[in-house]
Amino acid sequence: MSVLRYLARRIVNYAILLFIAVSLAYLVASAALDPRNAFDRQNPNLNWAAGNASLTAYNINPETSIWTRYVRWLNMVFVHWNWGQTPRGEVINSLIATRIGVSVRLVTIGTILSLVLGVALGAWSAVRQYHWSDRVVSLICMLLISTPTMVLAVVMQLAAIRFNQATGTQFFQFIGETGTHGSYFGAAFISRLQHLLLPTISLTALSMATYSRYQRNLMLDTLGADYVRTARAKGLRKSYAIRHHALRNAIIPMATYFAFGVATVFVGATVTEQVFGWNGMGLYSVTSIQNQDINGTVAVVAFSGVCVLAGALLSDILIAAIDPRVRAR
Amino acid sequence: MSRNNKPVFTSDALPERTSGVPVLEISDLNVRFPSEDGVVHAVRGVSLTVNAGEVVGLVGESGSGKSVTSMSVMGLLDESADVQGSIKLHGTELLGRSDNWMSEVRGRKIAMVFQDPLSALTPVYTIGDQIVEALQVHGSYSDKDAWQRALELLRMVGIPNPEVRAKNFPHEFSGGMRQRVVIAMAIANDPDLIIADEPTTALDVTIQAQILDLLRVAQRETHAGVVMITHDLGVVAGLADRVAVMYAGRIVERADVNDVFYHSRHPYTVGLLGSLPRPDLDKDEPLTPVEGNPPSLLELPPGCPFAPRCPMASAECEAAEPPLLETDLPRHTSACIKFDALADKSYEEIYPKDEIPAASEMASRDAGEVILHVDGLVKTYPLMKGAVFKRRVGTVHAVDHISFDIHSGETLGLVGESGCGKTTTIMSILELAKPEEGRIVVLGHDTAELSKADRKKVRQDLQVVFQDPMASLDPRLPISDIIAEPLKYNGYPKSRIGAKVEELMALVGLEPAHANRYPRNFSGGQKQRVGIARALALEPKLLVLDEPVSALDVSIQAGVLNLLEKLRIEMGLSYLFVAHDLSVVRHIAHRVAVMYLGRIVELGPVGEVFDHPEHPYSQSLLSAIPVPDPIKEKGRKRILLEGDLPSPANPPSGCPFHTRCPKFKTLGEADQARCTGETPLLASTDADTQRGDDRQVACHFPEVVSVF
Amino acid sequence: MVEPNFSSGRAAERPDAAVGSAPLAEPAAGAAIDPSKEPEGRKETKHLSRSRLIWRRYWRSAGGKIGLVGLAVILLLALIGPSLALWDYWVVDDNAFLSMPSGDHWFGTNQGGFDVFAMTVEGLRKSLVIGFAVAAIVEILAALIGASAAYFGKKVGMVLQWITDLLLVVPSFLIIAIISQHTAGSKSSTWLLIILLAAFSWMISARVIRAMTLSLVNLDYVTAAKFMSVPSLVVIVKHVIPNVASYLIIDFTLGVVGAIMSETTLSFFGFGVQKPETSLGTLLGDGMASATTSPWIFLFPAGVLVVLLLCVNFVGDALRDAIDPSSKSGGAA
Repeated sequence: MSVLRYLARRIVNYAILLFIAVSLAYLVASAALDPRNAFDRQNPNLNWAAGNASLTAYNINPETSIWTRYVRWLNMVFVHWNWGQTPRGEVINSLIATRIGVSVRLVTIGTILSLVLGVALGAWSAVRQYHWSDRVVSLICMLLISTPTMVLAVVMQLAAIRFNQATGTQFFQFIGETGTHGSYFGAAFISRLQHLLLPTISLTALSMATYSRYQRNLMLDTLGADYVRTARAKGLRKSYAIRHHALRNAIIPMATYFAFGVATVFVGATVTEQVFGWNGMGLYSVTSIQNQDINGTVAVVAFSGVCVLAGALLSDILIAAIDPRVRAR
Repeated sequence: MSRNNKPVFTSDALPERTSGVPVLEISDLNVRFPSEDGVVHAVRGVSLTVNAGEVVGLVGESGSGKSVTSMSVMGLLDESADVQGSIKLHGTELLGRSDNWMSEVRGRKIAMVFQDPLSALTPVYTIGDQIVEALQVHGSYSDKDAWQRALELLRMVGIPNPEVRAKNFPHEFSGGMRQRVVIAMAIANDPDLIIADEPTTALDVTIQAQILDLLRVAQRETHAGVVMITHDLGVVAGLADRVAVMYAGRIVERADVNDVFYHSRHPYTVGLLGSLPRPDLDKDEPLTPVEGNPPSLLELPPGCPFAPRCPMASAECEAAEPPLLETDLPRHTSACIKFDALADKSYEEIYPKDEIPAASEMASRDAGEVILHVDGLVKTYPLMKGAVFKRRVGTVHAVDHISFDIHSGETLGLVGESGCGKTTTIMSILELAKPEEGRIVVLGHDTAELSKADRKKVRQDLQVVFQDPMASLDPRLPISDIIAEPLKYNGYPKSRIGAKVEELMALVGLEPAHANRYPRNFSGGQKQRVGIARALALEPKLLVLDEPVSALDVSIQAGVLNLLEKLRIEMGLSYLFVAHDLSVVRHIAHRVAVMYLGRIVELGPVGEVFDHPEHPYSQSLLSAIPVPDPIKEKGRKRILLEGDLPSPANPPSGCPFHTRCPKFKTLGEADQARCTGETPLLASTDADTQRGDDRQVACHFPEVVSVF
Repeated sequence: MVEPNFSSGRAAERPDAAVGSAPLAEPAAGAAIDPSKEPEGRKETKHLSRSRLIWRRYWRSAGGKIGLVGLAVILLLALIGPSLALWDYWVVDDNAFLSMPSGDHWFGTNQGGFDVFAMTVEGLRKSLVIGFAVAAIVEILAALIGASAAYFGKKVGMVLQWITDLLLVVPSFLIIAIISQHTAGSKSSTWLLIILLAAFSWMISARVIRAMTLSLVNLDYVTAAKFMSVPSLVVIVKHVIPNVASYLIIDFTLGVVGAIMSETTLSFFGFGVQKPETSLGTLLGDGMASATTSPWIFLFPAGVLVVLLLCVNFVGDALRDAIDPSSKSGGAA
C-alpha cells in the first residue's frame, strides 16, 4: 500500500509543479506575445474590428487585462478541457492531437535505437578502454556530440541529393512523412520507411553518442568495483563477470537518462522536424511562438511539462524495477 | 599481466593436492606498476610457502605490498602490472596461465575474503543467488541442489534463518553478516587455500571476534592453508601459526608466531611490537615509536630500506640490501645483518625512549577543577524514510541521558562500537548549544545560557582534533595558514601570528622551517601533529580528541600518543578522548566511559574497568580485543556476543543490552524480567563504595569477570 | 534523444545531470570527480608540481592537444579575422550575389551579396562571446548557490531543489524564445540572450555542486573552521568552493558547448540573436534554405561551428582525464 500512497503523493506534487509552470508560461506568453502582429503581417487591410472581436472571443486580446484572460483561460481549460484557438481560429485540442501523432511516428524508432545502440556501444568501449577500437568509438561519439542536429541533418540531405542524382533514383526521401509512391502491395509502408530513414538517423546520432558516453563512464566506474572483483575471485570468467555483475549495475542509472530522454523528445525534435518537414510538436512549439499564438504556446508548454513529469515517474518505476535497493525503500 | 617470456605449459590439468608439496609456494615474486611518477616496485622478491592446514600471517603497514602479493596469487592484478617470479599451487605454476585457466582455479582451489564487506557483494542479486553462482561455476549442481548447499553454507557461517535470508539482498545485511556471506562463498567449493585480506579491518571489535572465530572454523572444516593479511598484530597472535613481516615490498622476517613475538630478529618487528599499546597491561612507560616513515617504492636507495629509521643502523646497512637469511633460531629468517645483536634484548634496549616529563601525581581527582560537566545529555534524531517525501518514521536516541565529568589534567576515554553515540556526544558538546535535554557545563559556563559572544570565548578553551588528518587539514593551504586560522579569527594580534605559528610547530615536534609546505608534503603522523598544533593555537583548557590515531599506522601512532601525553602534562590540558581502539584508551586515559546504544554502561578508572570490568558489555568488548601476545591470546577464553547491534531507533526494552547479554542467559526468570522491564541506571556498586573506588556501572547484576 | 535545445549538450558529459534532474535521488557527487581526493594547489612552490602533473597528463592525450591547438586557431581567427577579411560583414558586393568561393570571396557570398567569410568570423565572435560569458556566469552562480545551499542545510537545499524541478518542467527553450521574440530588434539582443541563457542554465550545475559539497561541509577541516569561529562566508569561499574547482573548470567547458548549442538553435529559428546582429546560428538558419543549391552559405559557418564545439569538447574531455584522479589513464595509457 505504501508504494501506491507514495506514488500518489508524488503525482500530486508533480501536478502542483506543473500547474505553477504552466501558469507562469501563460503569464509570460500573454505578456510577451501579441496576436495582433500575426494579423497585421498577414493582411494590413483586414477588418480591424472583426479581428479584434475574434481575438477577444479567443481570449487572447492584449487589450483585455492579463489577469482576466488568465482566469478565463483557467476556466476554459480546467472546466471544459478546451485549450482555446490560435489567432487564426484553429482549435488547439485537435491541432495538437494531430501533431502528437506525427511526433510519435517520427521519434519512436529513433528513441529505441539510440538507447540500445548507445548502451551497447558504451559498455563495449568501456571494456576495451584504451584499445584502438575504444578510441575510434570515442572519437566518433565526440564528433557526433559536437555536431548540432541542424548541421548533421542538412549535410545528410546534401549527401542524399548527391546520391539520388548519381544513382538516378529517389532512394532517399527527405521531405515530409510520406510522398507519391507506387501501387504495389506495401508501397505506402516502404515510402514511409524511406521518409523516416534520414530523420531517424538525425535523431539517433546525437542521443546515441550521449547515451554511449554515459554508459561508458558508468561502466568504467563499476568495472573497478569490489563486487566485480569478488565475482572474479569466485572463478567467473571476465566476460561473464562483466556482463552479469558490472553491466547489470551500470545500467541502473541509464533508466533515468532514458526516461528523461523519452520525455523531452516529443517536443525536442524541433530541428529535425524543421529540416525534414515533419509537422510535429517540436515544430509547432516554434511556429506557435512565431505566429504569436498564445494558447498554442501554452498548450505546448503544458504538454512538454507532462512529458517531463511522466519521464520522472517512468524513471522511478524503471529504477524500482531494476534496483532492489530502491525497491526496499 | 605482462611477461616477457610466455611460458609453455605442458598440462592444463588443475593443481591437485599432493603430499609433501606445499599448498602455496611463492618464490622471488616481483611486481611492478607503472605510475605517474615512474615505475612502482610494489613487491620485491617475496618468497613464502603455505602448507595445508597452516595459517600464515602476512603483516605489514599500509603500502608494504601485502595486498599486491595476494592479488598476484589470485591473478587479479591490473593488466598493467608486471609480475615476475613464480607462484605454485600444489607444485603447479600459476603465473603466465591464461585467464580462463585461472578462472577454473579461482573459487575452486583458491578463495579470497576481502576487506570491505559492504561493497564486496553485487547489490542487485540476492545473496542466495550469489552463492549459487559460486557453486555452479565450478560444479555441476542442479539449481535445487545448489540452493540447498547455499542454505547449508549460510547456516555454517552463522546466518540465522537462512531459508529466508538467502532471498534477501546484500543491503539488507549488516557489515558483519555480509562478511559471513563472503566467507560462505569462499568456502563454498572447499578450497585448498584461503586468502583473507584484512577481513576484519572494517568491522567493530566484537564483530571482528565473531568473524575471526568463524575463519578458524572455516579453516578447520576445509583444512585449507590460510594466508591472513593484516596490520593488526593482535589478530596475527591469535590466529597464525607462522608469520611473515613485510616492509617496503619485501619480507623482512619470517618465523613461527611465538618466535616473531618473543624472539624477533628484525628491528622493524621489534619496533612494531614496542610501539603497540597493550589492552591488558597498565601503562607505566611511554611507547617506543619508530621514527620516520616508510620509503617510497619508486626509487629505493641501495641498502636496507629500514636503515633510515633503524636505531641500530650503521654504514654497512646502507651498502647493500640484506637478503633474507637463516638466523640463530630454527625456521627463522630475517633480513637484518645484525640479527644476533637483537637476541634477548627488550624493545627499550634497542629503541630510544621518548622523553616525557613525569606527571605530578594527581593528589586526588576531586582536587582538580571540573573542566567539563555533562549531566543527563540527550540527543535524538528523527529517523527519515523515503527519497523525496522524507517522512518521519521514528526517533533515534543517539545519546540517551549520559552524564560524566572531566577534571583538570584528566583524560577521559569514551569507547564503544560504531553507532553507540560517542561521536554524537562530542559533537553536542562542541556545538556549545543548549542540549535537547540535560546540561553541558564547560569551565563553569552552562551552554544553555551562552550568548553568541560568550560562546566564541568559550570556544577558545574547547578545541578539537579529528580522526583523519587528511580530511581535517585544508589541502589547499600551507600549514602556516592552517595553524594561523584560529588565531586570525579570534583577535590574535596580526604581528605576532607568525612567531606564534613557529612556536606551535616546535611544540608539536615539527620543523618550523616547513611552515610554508602543504599538507600533502607531510606524512599522516606529521599531519596529525599539524592538527594538534592548530587545536592548541588558542591555548585551550580542554581538547576533544576524536579517534586521533586510528587512521595512522602503528609505528606512527605511538609518536602521536606520546606527544599528546607530553602536551597534557606540560600545558595542563584535559582530554576527552574518543576511540574504538581500547588498547589506545588504556594507554592514554585515566578514566574510561563505555558506551552502548547511546548510554554509558560503565564508567571508572581505566585500570579498574579494564582489569575488573563489571558490566557484561565491557567484558565482551574487552574480551574481543586481540592481544598481541600469542601465548596469552591463544589461551584466552572469549566472550562472543551474538548477533548485531540492535537499531538505535528501536532499542530493546529495559536494559538495552539484554538481547545480547551473556549474563542475562544465566539468570533466573524473575531476574530476567527485571532486565527486560527496568532500565538500569549508572550507579556505584556496594563493593565499589566500600573499596572507595570512583566507578559506576549500569547493570542490575554486576559481577567482575577478568578477561585478559 | 534530446536535440540540442537545452542542456542536452551539457548533460552529455555529466552523468549526474540527469540524475539530478530526476527528483529521485541526490546526484551522485563523486561520480565526476572526487574533490576531496585531488585538491587544487595554490600559487606557490608546490602548486607547480600539481599543475605540472595535470598539464603532463593533459598533454599526453591526443584530443587535448588537438582541442587546445584548434581552440587557439579559432580564437585567433575570431580576433584577427576581421582585419584579415577582404570585406566587412556589413558591406554588400553588388557584383557578387550567391557567388561560389573564390579568391575575392573566400567562402563565397550569399543572396544579399554579403561576404560569407566576414559574416562567419562575425558570427563566430558572437557565438564565442555568448558561450564563454554564459558559462562563466553559470559557474559563478552555481558555485555560490550550490555551496551555500549545502552549507546552510536542508531548507535552502529544498528550495533549490524545488526551483530546479520547476525550471525542468518549464521548457526553458520556449520561455527564452518567447521573451527574445518580444524584444526582437532591440540593440542589446546579445546581452539579453546571455542573461536569459545563464538564468536558465545554472540550476543543474548548482544542484550537482550542492551534492558534491554536501559531503564537504562535513569535512573535518570545515567543521574545525566552524569550531574556530571562522565566519560562514569565509568558510564557503575559502574552504568549500575551492574543492569543487576542478569540477567547475570541466563544467565550464561543457557550459560553453551548451550555451553555443542553445544559442545556435534559438537563432536558427529566428529567436535568440536578432538581426542586424549575426551569430553562427542566424547564419545557419539563413543558409539552410539555399543549402541544396548554394551549399557554401551553409557549410562554411557549419564547419566552423563543428570545429569550435569539437575543440571545446576535446579540451573538456582531456581536462577531466587530467584532473580526475579516478581516471584510469594515469600511467597505464
